[in-house]
Amino acid sequence: MSVVTKPVTMPAPSFEAGTEDNYLTHTTGFLSWALTLDHKRIGLMYLAGVMASFAGGGVLALLIRLHLWNPNIDKTQALFSNQVYNQIFTLHGAIMVFLFIIPSIPAALGNFLLPIMLGTKDVAFPRLNLGSFYLWICGAAFFLFSLFATGLDTGWTFYTPYSIESRGPVVAATMGVFVLGFSSIFTGLNFIVTINTMRPPGMTWFRMPLFLWATYATAIIQVLATPVLGITVLLLAAERVLGIGIFDPKLNGDPVTFQHFFWFYSHPAVYIMILPAMGIISELMSVHSHKGIFGYRMIAYSSVAIALFGFLVWGHHMFTSGMADVTTIVFSALTFTVSIPSAIKVFNWIGTMYQGTVSLNTPMLYALAFIFLFTIGGLTGLFLGALSVDLHLHDTYFVVAHFHYVMMGGTLVAFLGGLFHWWPKMTGKMFNDFAGIVSAAIVFVGFNLTFLPQFVLGTRGMPRRYASYVEEFQDLHRLSTIGAMMLGAGLLVAGLTLLHSLFYGKKAPMNPWGGATLEWECQTPPPHDNFSTPPTVGDPYDFSNIEYDPKTGGYFKKK
Amino acid sequence: MSASSVQHSDDGHAHGHGHGHDGEFSHPMPIWMLLAVFFALLILTCLTVYQSQFDLGNMEIWASLTIATVKAGLVIAFFMHLLWDKPLNMIIILGSLIFVALFLGFTMMDADGYRENLIMNETLQESQPPAVNVAVSK
Amino acid sequence: MTTTVAHDTSANHQVEGHEHPSWLAHHFDDEQQQFDAGKMGMWLFLVTEVLFFSGMFCAYALYRNRNPEVFEFCSRFLNEKLGAINTGVLLFSSLTMAWAVRSSQLRETKTLIGMLGATLGCAAIFLGVKAVEYSHKWGLGLFPGKFFQSQLEHPVHTDNNYLWNLSIVPMILLVCFALYYAYGVIIASKFHQRVAGPLVIAALCFFGGVGLGTFLESEEHEEGSPVTHNATGEHAAHADHDHEHDHAQEHAVAESVKPAINFVAVDSTGMHDDVAVTPAELVTPVSAVNQKGMAGLFFSIYYCMTGVHAVHILGGMAVLTWLIVKAARFEFHSKYFGPVDNVGLYWHLVDFIWIFLFPLLYLIT
Repeated sequence: MSVVTKPVTMPAPSFEAGTEDNYLTHTTGFLSWALTLDHKRIGLMYLAGVMASFAGGGVLALLIRLHLWNPNIDKTQALFSNQVYNQIFTLHGAIMVFLFIIPSIPAALGNFLLPIMLGTKDVAFPRLNLGSFYLWICGAAFFLFSLFATGLDTGWTFYTPYSIESRGPVVAATMGVFVLGFSSIFTGLNFIVTINTMRPPGMTWFRMPLFLWATYATAIIQVLATPVLGITVLLLAAERVLGIGIFDPKLNGDPVTFQHFFWFYSHPAVYIMILPAMGIISELMSVHSHKGIFGYRMIAYSSVAIALFGFLVWGHHMFTSGMADVTTIVFSALTFTVSIPSAIKVFNWIGTMYQGTVSLNTPMLYALAFIFLFTIGGLTGLFLGALSVDLHLHDTYFVVAHFHYVMMGGTLVAFLGGLFHWWPKMTGKMFNDFAGIVSAAIVFVGFNLTFLPQFVLGTRGMPRRYASYVEEFQDLHRLSTIGAMMLGAGLLVAGLTLLHSLFYGKKAPMNPWGGATLEWECQTPPPHDNFSTPPTVGDPYDFSNIEYDPKTGGYFKKK
Repeated sequence: MSASSVQHSDDGHAHGHGHGHDGEFSHPMPIWMLLAVFFALLILTCLTVYQSQFDLGNMEIWASLTIATVKAGLVIAFFMHLLWDKPLNMIIILGSLIFVALFLGFTMMDADGYRENLIMNETLQESQPPAVNVAVSK
Repeated sequence: MTTTVAHDTSANHQVEGHEHPSWLAHHFDDEQQQFDAGKMGMWLFLVTEVLFFSGMFCAYALYRNRNPEVFEFCSRFLNEKLGAINTGVLLFSSLTMAWAVRSSQLRETKTLIGMLGATLGCAAIFLGVKAVEYSHKWGLGLFPGKFFQSQLEHPVHTDNNYLWNLSIVPMILLVCFALYYAYGVIIASKFHQRVAGPLVIAALCFFGGVGLGTFLESEEHEEGSPVTHNATGEHAAHADHDHEHDHAQEHAVAESVKPAINFVAVDSTGMHDDVAVTPAELVTPVSAVNQKGMAGLFFSIYYCMTGVHAVHILGGMAVLTWLIVKAARFEFHSKYFGPVDNVGLYWHLVDFIWIFLFPLLYLIT
C-alpha cells in the first residue's frame, strides 16, 4: 500500500545467517558492560537490577503475609516483633516503590526500546544514561545499608514528625531516595530530549508508537515532580542532622507541609508507575489482536492528560491530615478528573480487541489480566477520592488493596507482559509459551486471592500497617496469605520460564508476534547501532502488509 | 536539517527548528547588548535596595518581587538568549513556572485555611514571659 | 501517509556517507542536532532546578506568611550591603559568562579563557563574602533551628574561628594551584599555564572576597551592632550616633535603644518613634521572636536557601574549571560551543535564583 522506495530488509535470509554481530556479542568482557554507553546494555543492566530488587521486595512481602497468618495478639507467638514488622513493611514499600516500580518500565524496558522504536542509534545523552544507572546502583546501596543497619521503620512515606525522631537510619534512606530521584530525572530528561530532537525523518509525533507517547508523558512527570521530592528528602535529612525545624512541630514547624511536599512528588509518581504500563498494554493489545489500535490519538492525548492532571490531585492523600476543609473539597473534586483519561484508555483497548484476531499467548494474557486488575484498581480509587468515603477507608486495608491492584496488578503485570513480549527481541530466544500461560494464570488467580479479601478487610475496619489484628479478621487474612504464596509461585514460574529460555529457548525470529513498530524491523537481537540504514517509518499499527512466514515461525513485512 | 523541518511542519506541534538557515546556529551576542543588559541589571539592583528604605507595608514584597522578576526576565531573555532560542525551550521554562505556581498556590492556600487550627509552641525556651500570641498577624 | 514517507529516505541517507568530525557524537546526524539536543537537555535540567528551589521558596512563603514579624526582625541580622555587593558580583559574573559564550562562538580563545576565569573569580568572591556572612552569624549564635542561641544581650564575636575554618580548603587549593602553575612554568607548557593561571587568580579572589566582606562587616559594626542598628530600623535613626566617639557610642546606643529593642513592630511603619507608642496588641516581644521556633526557623530557611545556592555555585565552579581546560585545548568553535553555552545557562540560573533570594532575605523592612 505504500510507495516506500527504501529496500525492505528481507527477514528470512538475514536471520538464517545467524552469525551477525549483535549488541550482546559486539564487545566482550566485564568492562565492556560496566562502561557501556549502549542504551540496550544499560537497559539490560537495569533489568537485572530491578528484577533483583523486586525479588528482595517480594520476599519481604511474603514475610509480611506470613507474619499476618496469625492474629499475633499474643506477642510471644508472633513471627516477628512489632518493631521488626515495621521495618519489614517499610523496606518492602520503599524498595518496591523507589527501586522497582519507578525504574522498572521506563529505565529497563524503556531504555532498551525507546531508541529502537524511534529509529535512532541511541538516546540523546548516552553518558548521562550510564550515569543514571550508576546513580540507581548508588541509591540501591543506601537502601541495602538501611536494610542491614538498625532498620528503617517510618513507612516509605517518611512522614514527620516520626521520621525526625525515629532511631532508624532515616538519613541514609533519604539520601538513597535523593540519589534515586536524580537517576529517575536523568532518565526522563534523556527520553524527552531523544524524542524531541532525534526522531528520524518520517517519524512524526503521530507516527510514534503509543509506548513512546506513554514514556514521553512519564518523562514529563519525572522531570517536573522528582526535584520536589529531592528537596523534600534533603530538608528532611537537614531536619535530622541540623534540626532546622521546618517540618518539626516542636520547633513550630509544620508537618502538614511535609505531606504537601511529599505528595506533590509522590502522587504524580503514581503516574510515573502506571503510565508506561499503559503504554505497554497499548502495544500488546494491538499487536496480539493483529489489528490497528482503536483511537490512537485519544490514547496518545490521554497519556499526556494523565500526566498533567496527575499534578492537581496530590491532596487526596491527606484528607485526614488536618488540611483545610476547602482544600479537601477542591482536591476531591479534581481527583475525579484523572479517571476520564484512564477510562478512555480502557475503552480503547477493549475497542482494539473487538473484531480482532486475538492470539491468546503469554503477553496477551498478561495484558488481559492488566485490564481486569487495573479497572478494579482504578474504580476503587474513585471510592478513595470521594471525601466522605475516604474518611472511613483512610489507612485501612482497602487502601492497601487499591494501590496493589494499580501498582502490582497494573504495573507489575504489564511489566511482565512487556517483558514476555520483547524478550525474544532482547535475548534472541523464544520462551516456552505454555509455561508462560501457566504463569499468567497462577499470577492472576493468586493476585486476586491476595488482594480481594483485603478490600473486605478494609471496609470492615482493619487498619493498615498493624502487626496484629482481632480474631474475626483471621480467615480473610489467611486467605490473603495463601493467595500471596500462590502469587509468589506464579512469579517464580514466570521467572523460570524466562531463565529456561536463555539456555534452551529456540532462536527467536525477527518478528515473532507480527508487530508493525520499528523494533520488529530490527535484527534479533539488535545490532550495536540498531539500524544500519535509517529505517522507513510507516504507521506503527498498520498490519495489512504483515504476513506470517511458517519457515521462520515469525512474521515479515511485505514489500 | 531541511528534511526534518519539512516533516515537522505537518504535525502542528510547538516543536520545530527555530532557525531557518542550515548549518549556522551560533548567534554571538553583540558586546553593547551584553553591557547594556548588565548595566540595566545593576540599576535595577540599586533600585531595589533603594526602595527597601521606604516602608510600603504589604506592597513592599510585591514591589521587590516585581523588580526581581524584571531582572530575572532580563537575564533569561538576553544572557540566556532565550529570545533567539527555539520556542520550545521558552515553553519548557515558562511551563515549569506553572507547576511552581501550582505547588506554591495549593500549599499556601491550604496553610492559610488551616492556620486557625494551629497550636503554636510558645514555650520553646524557659524564662519566657507569657507572650502575646505571635501567630496573630494582620 | 503513503506519500510523505517516500521523500525522506534520500534526504537523510547521506548522513551515513560523510564521516563524523571528532566533536560530533556518533549517534547524532549533524552539529545542529547535537547542539539542539544538548541545549534542550540543559533547559530541562534548569526546570528541575527551578522546581528543586521552589520547595524552599514554598517553605519561605509559608513561614513568612505565618510569622511576618519574625522575618522582619531577623532580616536585620543580614547585612544588606554584603548582599548587594554579592548581587553585583554575581551579575558581573553573568556578564562575563555571556561574554564567554560569545567568544567561544567566535573562536576568540584568549578572551574565552579570560572570561571564564573572570566568572570563576567572581564565584570565588561571592563565596568569600558568603563565608564572612556565615561566620559572623555563627559567631552571634545565629544557628538554624534547634541550635539557635539567642545572645542578643551579650553577642560574642568569635567570627575569626569560623572564618579561619572556612578558609582552610581554599587555602589548600590556592597552594595546589600555585604549585600547578609553577609546574607549568617549569616544563614550559603553555597549556598548563593557561589552565592554572585562572585557577590561581580565582583562589586569590576568594580571599579578596573575605577581605571585602570583613571590611564591610566591620564598617557595619562601627555604625552600630546589628541588633541596635536594626531595632531602630532606620538608617536615619542611627545617623546621629555616627558622630559620636566609638567607645562612648556603644553605651549610648545600647542605652537609647534598650526600651525599643524589646519590641518588634508587627506592622512596622518604620518610624523609630512609632515603636514606642505602638499599641500593645500590635507588637510582639522580642523574646517571643528571638527563639528557636521563631528566629531559629528563619535562620533555618536562610541557611537552607543560601546554602543550597552556594552548593550550586561550587558545582558551577567545577564545571567552569572543566570548561577552562577544554578552552585551553582550543576545542570550541562556531560549530561546537554547546558546553560553554550550557554551562552558561546553568550559571545564569544560579544568578537568577540569587536575584530572588536577595530581596526576599535581605531587604525585608
